Amino acid sequence: MSDATIPSKSIELRVLRYRPASDREPVLVSYRVAYSDDMSVLQALQSIKDTQDGSLSFRWSCRMAVCGSCGMMINGEPKLACNTFVRDLAPDAVIIEPLQNFPIERDLVVTVGDFVKKIESIYPYIIPKVAKPVEDGAHLQTPAQMAAYESFSDCINCMLCYAACPQFGANPDFIGPGAMALLQRYNGDSRDGGRQFRLDQIHGEDGVWACTAVGICSEVCPKQVDPANAVNQNKTNSALDFFLHYVQPRSQP
Amino acid sequence: MEHFDADILILGAGGAGLRAAIAAAEAAPDLTIALVSKVYPMRSHTVAAEGGSAGVVQSHDSLDNHFNDTVSGGDWLCEQDVVEYFVAHCTREMVQLEHWGCPWSRKPDGHINVRAFGGMKIERTWFAADRSGFHILHTLFQTSTRFPAIRRFDEYFCVDLLVDDGRVQGAVVLSLSTGEFTAIHARAVVIATGGAGRVFRQNTNGGIVTGDGMALAYRHGVPLRDMEFVQYHPTCLPGTGILITEACRGEGAFLLNKEGNRYLQDYGLGPAEAKPRNKYMELGPRDRLSQAFWHEQRRGRTVNTPQGDAVLLDLRHLGPGKIKERLPLILDLAKQFMGIDATTAPIPVRPAVHYTMGGILVDIRTAAPLAGLFAAGECSSVGIHGANRLGSNSLAELSVFGRVAGEQAVEFARGSSAPRRSDQAAAVEASALALLDQKGRGEHHAALRAEMGASMEKGCGIYRLGTEMQETCDTLAELRQRYAGITLQDRSRAWNTDWVTAIELGFQLDVAHAMAHSALARTESRGAHQRLDGFEQRDDANFLRHSLAHYQGTAAPTISYAPVTITRSQPGSRAYGAAGEHEEAAHKDAVSKFGHPPISKDTAHV
Repeated sequence: MSDATIPSKSIELRVLRYRPASDREPVLVSYRVAYSDDMSVLQALQSIKDTQDGSLSFRWSCRMAVCGSCGMMINGEPKLACNTFVRDLAPDAVIIEPLQNFPIERDLVVTVGDFVKKIESIYPYIIPKVAKPVEDGAHLQTPAQMAAYESFSDCINCMLCYAACPQFGANPDFIGPGAMALLQRYNGDSRDGGRQFRLDQIHGEDGVWACTAVGICSEVCPKQVDPANAVNQNKTNSALDFFLHYVQPRSQP
Repeated sequence: MEHFDADILILGAGGAGLRAAIAAAEAAPDLTIALVSKVYPMRSHTVAAEGGSAGVVQSHDSLDNHFNDTVSGGDWLCEQDVVEYFVAHCTREMVQLEHWGCPWSRKPDGHINVRAFGGMKIERTWFAADRSGFHILHTLFQTSTRFPAIRRFDEYFCVDLLVDDGRVQGAVVLSLSTGEFTAIHARAVVIATGGAGRVFRQNTNGGIVTGDGMALAYRHGVPLRDMEFVQYHPTCLPGTGILITEACRGEGAFLLNKEGNRYLQDYGLGPAEAKPRNKYMELGPRDRLSQAFWHEQRRGRTVNTPQGDAVLLDLRHLGPGKIKERLPLILDLAKQFMGIDATTAPIPVRPAVHYTMGGILVDIRTAAPLAGLFAAGECSSVGIHGANRLGSNSLAELSVFGRVAGEQAVEFARGSSAPRRSDQAAAVEASALALLDQKGRGEHHAALRAEMGASMEKGCGIYRLGTEMQETCDTLAELRQRYAGITLQDRSRAWNTDWVTAIELGFQLDVAHAMAHSALARTESRGAHQRLDGFEQRDDANFLRHSLAHYQGTAAPTISYAPVTITRSQPGSRAYGAAGEHEEAAHKDAVSKFGHPPISKDTAHV
């Protein structure tokens, strides 16, 4: 169900196909798609699915780069298919593969569950600094206090940064850039008092120190979240906390 | 088949489903809450809401104002007792979201800021830049991970409800990853599966918005209420239908025709002034603005774009600073999808289907007329939107009534016996597998989906004709027949999206059928349902009534009617702009004679 206008040109898409029940290994399959200048890669894939091969599987939903579903490797780079346009890739053939560094479940669909578990592991919610009933109204938060965390709250969990991260590629247990950005989103929030619990999650060898500061995570982020900055801030925080660890008692949230 | 025993089953993990799950877990940490979603929760379509969520906060505003805006905006087809409850609980929910971390935009002094929205008399829309739904959804999802009582089933697709002994007892869900089925048994079920806008060709909705929950309840005998009322959002990108938020106009953007005129003044919304004035011009309600586009198009005053006719949304006079601060997503979307820098050029926009005002019939407690079944959010018709929803009432609705649904489900579960395991689940599985293997007549469902979208757009668009609605009803009947003979191209089990989208199409066809027949039967014009075939006027004598569409299997639905609850606002003339102020003054006199006490926060406890 492509929404694009009447196509005038065509382009070859080589899509990595893998069906676990029948294929021994993934293989590139070539399709030719008619396109107009406003057609996204997502619309090209939809056109293949609707008119050429209904068995092609990929995730998508919002079509406007906010739901985070349609991350994939497009010519070797992690991109959202919905805001990558065929016109910018033409006339050469485009290679479309599932997000790198994740197990392939089928075609362009990779396993997301481990990433979600990482998000859940860092206490991704406000642990109130001071208990305040809802009846007492909203907290005050100055523009400066908001600026301390707001950009990190813009992460759409698209996992492009994980696909780009060489450390995550080498060690799938590495907490990774997206979860670190989320951790910083809550640790930087003036309403939150849960910093210590989160820092305890990232001291280990799979935590913040596994990052070697490549910085490519921030380059591929479609929402300018700058996870590399979050990781850096937490290296400082983690180092400081490591020494404080011996003098302060701990509890659970 | 696997079996899972829950106390409460929630279908859908967008804003309403997550809010219900949290409310249930807070009320009953000892119960098991199964939360099923066909996508990871943060992908749910709540994510795409941009402008904001209503809640009275300013001292010169009042709950009565919010009530009156909502009821007149809905052309008096609202359940007024439900609207009273709603407006009295919005603000508390917005504060609750704030406590959970939602990054609401603030004033320089750190207090919550609110913006103007269409059809709202006073600014009361809480916003998080222009990513309000995104932030609400992520806040709710992340907060939900705190509660061990919530057991998530991410990427599980609901195939059918289990209804036995006159009561809903669970559902059968399909794991997208494995293609295997699980029967989830529960004492209470909450449907929170969102709207059905994808039944129309050009729409703002994500691909997942296929009316699943509406169809499931409908097939089990629960009426769908007010389905003829489908909202066209006036400002969307031509071609894709991508939403360009009403907040643009709330911040002061103009709508221009090809001659550069602010044409809305020709449609009873003026006078045009340089600053946005609430309920005037660009801040009129969505139905009126979409209708004005239709007329401009026929008068040849729209601009031609490669993706079709459009008018121009001009933000330039707001200045780059304000646009970047308040509307960063819009700036991105215009750039990426239209190649336009909105700080230096106007954005071409046109109406596209956005929201289903109607849905699963529920009462003020979110209870459907099937024991144990509750519904909240866009899939439901709790009665606050009437014939036209006001912008920023839907995010508020999913918070207020998501919470109610969670609490009511707990109460019902506590008072009911354990669900019975029948052989129904096996039958559901067999039927889904039969579709997978069906030889059929060789037709693929993608073609049917495209025909459905085009036919709904033609027959049930901004303006409607009896003959065209009848054609759409006939087309849908034919498509439902052809659907029974489709042939899938993929017969495997793991991540078979050919299979799942085919099941979704079955849901969509049933919901579309209910919409078209409800529309055909309403021989008047009201809110988003506007006819041009001799029924141009509102007809309160015959149609100040809710429509109820009843499922009849392979036959067409039957349509019956139910009364509208009126507590404090008798139907009046619905006017905006200068005419609206006269009307409001006259209406106020009538209301003061009636002598209602103002709505307070303590009004109407559920």
